[in-house]
Amino acid sequence: MLRHVHVFVQLKDGVLDIQGKAVANSLVSLGHDSLGSAKVGKYIQLWIEADSAAGARKEAEKMCDDLLVNPIIEQYSIEVEGE
Amino acid sequence: MKTAVVIFPGSNCDQDVIHAVRDTVGCEVNAVWHREEQLPEGTGLVILPGGFSYGDYLRSGAMAARSPIMGAVKEHAGQGGLVLGICNGFQILTESSLLPGVLLPNKTLSFICRPCFLSVENTDTPFTGLFEKGQVVQFPIAHGDGLFFLPADELNDLENRGGAVFRYVSPGGVGGDEWNPNGSVNSIAGIVNPQGNILGLMPHPERASEAILGGEDGRLFWRSVASFLEKGGRRHGLL
Repeated sequence: MLRHVHVFVQLKDGVLDIQGKAVANSLVSLGHDSLGSAKVGKYIQLWIEADSAAGARKEAEKMCDDLLVNPIIEQYSIEVEGE
Repeated sequence: MKTAVVIFPGSNCDQDVIHAVRDTVGCEVNAVWHREEQLPEGTGLVILPGGFSYGDYLRSGAMAARSPIMGAVKEHAGQGGLVLGICNGFQILTESSLLPGVLLPNKTLSFICRPCFLSVENTDTPFTGLFEKGQVVQFPIAHGDGLFFLPADELNDLENRGGAVFRYVSPGGVGGDEWNPNGSVNSIAGIVNPQGNILGLMPHPERASEAILGGEDGRLFWRSVASFLEKGGRRHGLL
């Protein structure tokens, strides 16, 4: 069956997150004084044909390694619907 | 020097670089479509030109780095052949792991298009042999993702081996954040691999190769490569 997979990609700690900083500065300038910090990442949805949720996860991990994620600067987490 | 310029969907500096190389050193230049799986026989220099391959989607250079032609480019590089990545080409080289590091969005979060001054820090490469060490040249930049980043320990390794070939400086050759347009670590504008045969830089030497474009410093760059290849240079262990 076609399984819906959610991939969340974030910059690793220590990598300069210019967009996160800019977003945080804008929010603070809008009066959101409670904001400590913000990070900007990517959210990728995949629909993968797989017999099991675990199989879909494994395939998604391969896709992350092959293209979706640059391990020098990024880390990722995966959620598979029905898992 | 027989040169191959790879064209990806979204490349837009390919004709500029073909013109600059032909005009400067008068060599044979072949355009190679990214779907090809082989380089023309006898290619000495491969150039990955600037542009916005695949619309910069996902990450700049990420999808171009997985194009069919990149297998041949890696093979060429593995045999000591020269590979040059300019701007988006530099991003493609880091995404291919042919060069270390990554190019992040500029510190200004804006696209910057303007002349820049660079110090030539390492003249012991096939690409910079005719420059003087510390010579200041003017090549323009035109990029949104040009902040060169490398984790601290790898950055130390790069610096210790003289891998930082070009650095952003003042017209007088002084370093400092105010002359670093995009926030690159250590003001790095261009790097070379340990073997010395793969160079990537964000500024555009092809846009500084004739007076009508505002500068001719780029001519020495092309002549350096031609001079290296004419002497039969094509191997590892150059540095």
